[in-house]
Amino acid sequence: MSRLNEESIRIANEIISRYPIKKSALIPLLHLAQEQEGWVSGEAMNHIAEILQITPAEVLGTCSFYEMFKRSPVGEYQLNICHGISCHLLGAENLLHHAEETLGIKEGEVTEDGKFSLEGVECIAACTEAPCLQVNYRYQNKVTKSHFNQLVQEINDGNRSEIPKHGSLAKVRQSIPAERLAGIEPVDGAQPPEWLNRNGRDS
Amino acid sequence: MSEILGSEDLINFTLNGEEVSATNGENLIEACEKAGVEIPRFCYHKRMNSVGMCRMCIVEIDTGRGPALQPSCMLSVSEGMSVNTESETTKKAQDGVLEFLLLNHPLDCPVCDKGGECPLQDQTIAFGPGETRFIEEKRHFEKPIPINENVFLDRERCILCDRCTRFADEVVGDPLIHFIDRGNATQVNTFPEDPFASYFSGNVVQICPVGALTAKPYRFKARPWDLEEIESTFPNPLGDRITIQSSRDQVLRFQGLDNDSVNWGWLTDKDRFSFQAFQSEYRVQEPLVRGGGLNKPDKNGRRLVASSWSNVLNMTTEAINRTEPNRIAIIGGSRLTNESQYAWTKLAKGIIGTDNVDGSLGDELPTRALLGLPTTTIDDVCTPGNTVILITPDLKEEYGTLYIRLRHAAIENSVKLIELSPIETGLSRTAAISLRPRPGEIAKVVESILTGEGPVEIGGIPKEQILQAHELIKGNELKIVYGKQSIAESDQPLIEALALLKKTSNSKFLPLVRRGNAMGAVHMGMAPGLLPGQIPLSEGLKTFLNLWPNLPNEKGMGTEEILQSAANGMIDVLFLLGADPLSDFYDPELVEKALNTVNTVISVDLFVNASAYHADIFFPASAFIEVNGSHTNIEGRVTPIRQKVTSPGTARPDWMIAAEIANRLGYDLNIERPEDAWDELGQTSTTQTKVDMDLICDSPDGQILESTGAITLEEIKEVSDTRPFDSYSLRLVLAKRMYDLGTITQMSPALKEFARTSQLFINPTDFKSMGLKSGEPVLVTAGEKNLTVLVVPNNKVPRSIAFGYLNQMGEDLRTLLVKGADSIDIRIDPTVKVG
Repeated sequence: MSRLNEESIRIANEIISRYPIKKSALIPLLHLAQEQEGWVSGEAMNHIAEILQITPAEVLGTCSFYEMFKRSPVGEYQLNICHGISCHLLGAENLLHHAEETLGIKEGEVTEDGKFSLEGVECIAACTEAPCLQVNYRYQNKVTKSHFNQLVQEINDGNRSEIPKHGSLAKVRQSIPAERLAGIEPVDGAQPPEWLNRNGRDS
Repeated sequence: MSEILGSEDLINFTLNGEEVSATNGENLIEACEKAGVEIPRFCYHKRMNSVGMCRMCIVEIDTGRGPALQPSCMLSVSEGMSVNTESETTKKAQDGVLEFLLLNHPLDCPVCDKGGECPLQDQTIAFGPGETRFIEEKRHFEKPIPINENVFLDRERCILCDRCTRFADEVVGDPLIHFIDRGNATQVNTFPEDPFASYFSGNVVQICPVGALTAKPYRFKARPWDLEEIESTFPNPLGDRITIQSSRDQVLRFQGLDNDSVNWGWLTDKDRFSFQAFQSEYRVQEPLVRGGGLNKPDKNGRRLVASSWSNVLNMTTEAINRTEPNRIAIIGGSRLTNESQYAWTKLAKGIIGTDNVDGSLGDELPTRALLGLPTTTIDDVCTPGNTVILITPDLKEEYGTLYIRLRHAAIENSVKLIELSPIETGLSRTAAISLRPRPGEIAKVVESILTGEGPVEIGGIPKEQILQAHELIKGNELKIVYGKQSIAESDQPLIEALALLKKTSNSKFLPLVRRGNAMGAVHMGMAPGLLPGQIPLSEGLKTFLNLWPNLPNEKGMGTEEILQSAANGMIDVLFLLGADPLSDFYDPELVEKALNTVNTVISVDLFVNASAYHADIFFPASAFIEVNGSHTNIEGRVTPIRQKVTSPGTARPDWMIAAEIANRLGYDLNIERPEDAWDELGQTSTTQTKVDMDLICDSPDGQILESTGAITLEEIKEVSDTRPFDSYSLRLVLAKRMYDLGTITQMSPALKEFARTSQLFINPTDFKSMGLKSGEPVLVTAGEKNLTVLVVPNNKVPRSIAFGYLNQMGEDLRTLLVKGADSIDIRIDPTVKVG
């Protein structure tokens, strides 16, 4: 079962209420699904389509456009090792090989215990700190082999609590003050925008 | 698109050095095309919004700031614009775009179905570089994957023009195919295990500019250069214009023909793939008679056997000659061409002398409701800013291209749709307001919408919703699209509603008929008391007397009365003219009894259908792809039907069969070719415009038969009282689904699997409160009738309604119909165990 659970559905309804058109909540809901399972499953996409009254194909179209929505399971800790030009010159390739050996998996795979997954990524814009990597999109700078070993050790020992599990996102849970909610302000005599009428089926 | 314009201002612009004029604001690519310059394009399609995806239509445009390359499909033409489609810069840019488009496109043209009619191939030859500089590996995908039962997708050939996905989303509202993934990996696909289950999927094959989408029924069947084609009309109620394409006397496909007035080039899959049925091996190729003669007692155990035309014609004339005219009747004819309808009406009313002729199978609206109101056209209904009242069945199920036109009008041209439908339909979400009147109470609902007055609840609709609808229509001229919403209710409430709407100022009406050329049938007099040219029988005696020797004096019977009389032994010769009342009439028991009682049942049809199975004589008729003639659509628009292939065996056009019978009765029908029908009608009728076949073949929009005003819908004083609704019951709605067990659908291999099992759909809340369990058949009762059927919860059905589709597999829902009832209430008792 990886449909949205009751708690997620509650949050989903709250998110949807922020938008004048249900469909607009698609990306936040994908985040929500990813937060629940660590990745976005087919069932979750189906469920989101159901909730938003759109087709699963539309959900998949959006979901698959974004690299950071994972459509197959990843580890609790997703390691992105940069192989951009600066990191490459400063030994990213060796670091990647070292990571593969240490974790016993190849690039793109997940460890058996589901703890780590490994990916080589394009430049993550931290060239001054090369070679660098991200753990669940948190930066680790000037990473050496021993740094890497220490990082893995600390995660395994539960000593890196500042890094949340993959998929955790603070932003979908934010509470927005009522006066700053997105949507149509009920101004006297105001007409809804033209595009809203054109897409009346989603309202 | 040109529709978004209000003004017709002409402006001048320079095209390749020449001054040309165009409508201000018109899309540049269209303006150039009208001026005779075709700019190459892949993604642009004139019936959809521009997206500028493919960049092929890039040309050099100077708007006063110096020439620059811009995509012509994304620009509106304006005064003083200078466009150069032939400059070196343009050519170089287009070459470059083409080279990019070809990077990943496999060069498998010799084995590609599109080869020969492929815009990419044509443009590569016309503009392309001839050799590729790309030496890397091309993109690879699994070669064609099915995206539904009839359409295959080859993603390697796809150039990502967005035509099919735009069509699915924008045009028909079924966004089940979408761009998936990103960048170089982008592909068109469905969600896994969720096929492109659209009633309109065949259109994406027609508009695909490469061979990425192909239709199973046409795959590897022919090369475009071997095809011959002719423009014709598909005989459905809308008269969708088509191109019939054939090779070696075999029709291989129907393509939609782009025309402004009707279907814009679109077709439903049901119509597009039905060409298979017309060439089915089950088509009857020679006349049949019941073995050994016509005596009823011998019928059992005697099968239909092949015979000769002279034999069946003689038997038919003998049967007619020994029978009183008023004991002869004709049912059906709504599927014939106008000319064949005229011939059969003349045979019946002018020569045999019986008025017992009815093109309807008891499920069309009465003639006065079809011809007696000020009519309008589809274009007029879809005019920007209009207010349209829909009292129709689900247009997406039954009138596919009208659904597309109205959807476009509502979304792109802000036409306000006010939908009055007992269940949610394909248009409900597009409508400005969609109300759920209880069956049988439409007149009350319309009355209160028009007046804005009434009790707290009218016909199942809360007063505040009625008031919202009232606000929407207030002060507006109305366009009303109407048709029979359910066969489980009488016509009276709808007729009263129409009478009320007719009184509003300047309202115009568009009627829907249920069978292909039913509109032609009423124009050609195939109804009791009616003669061709909208002339009532009583008034037509003098006009027709010179040409039609034996006109009946009294009004005859309609289908229901004919069947009743037949069952009582009052009819001796019954013609079924392309009609299958056993499957289509609301009371199959009565039909069965009638067919078994009548001495001589004569069926004129393409197939031995359920009713024809009871026939004593069977005439094999030609299908519409095998005859010349014309068709009348719901607007009264007459468009040509043209012969493309020869009939199988000795099958003959319907009009020819009528002429042969007349000849043997000793009369000359005076119809030697289809056009003769119009010539004669032109002589007899002073009011109806003469239709010139040459003229309608040349005009893309055909010719409209205007209402003469001779037949009018009666006025009403007040709306009849409705039957009180008891809250323990569910009111029944029975309508058509696009795919059913109908002969044409079942004879098309591409479509036959789409019929479903009979079910009754009810609101999930009702389902729960009745304590029903999913997947269990339950006992349903309507008065003294009962039926055991699967009941399924469905959100589209409002509370207190039970909805079902007709003519599906398994249980026959017609069993629940109570004769003569204005509406039918059923009860479901979950405590009765079935089994």
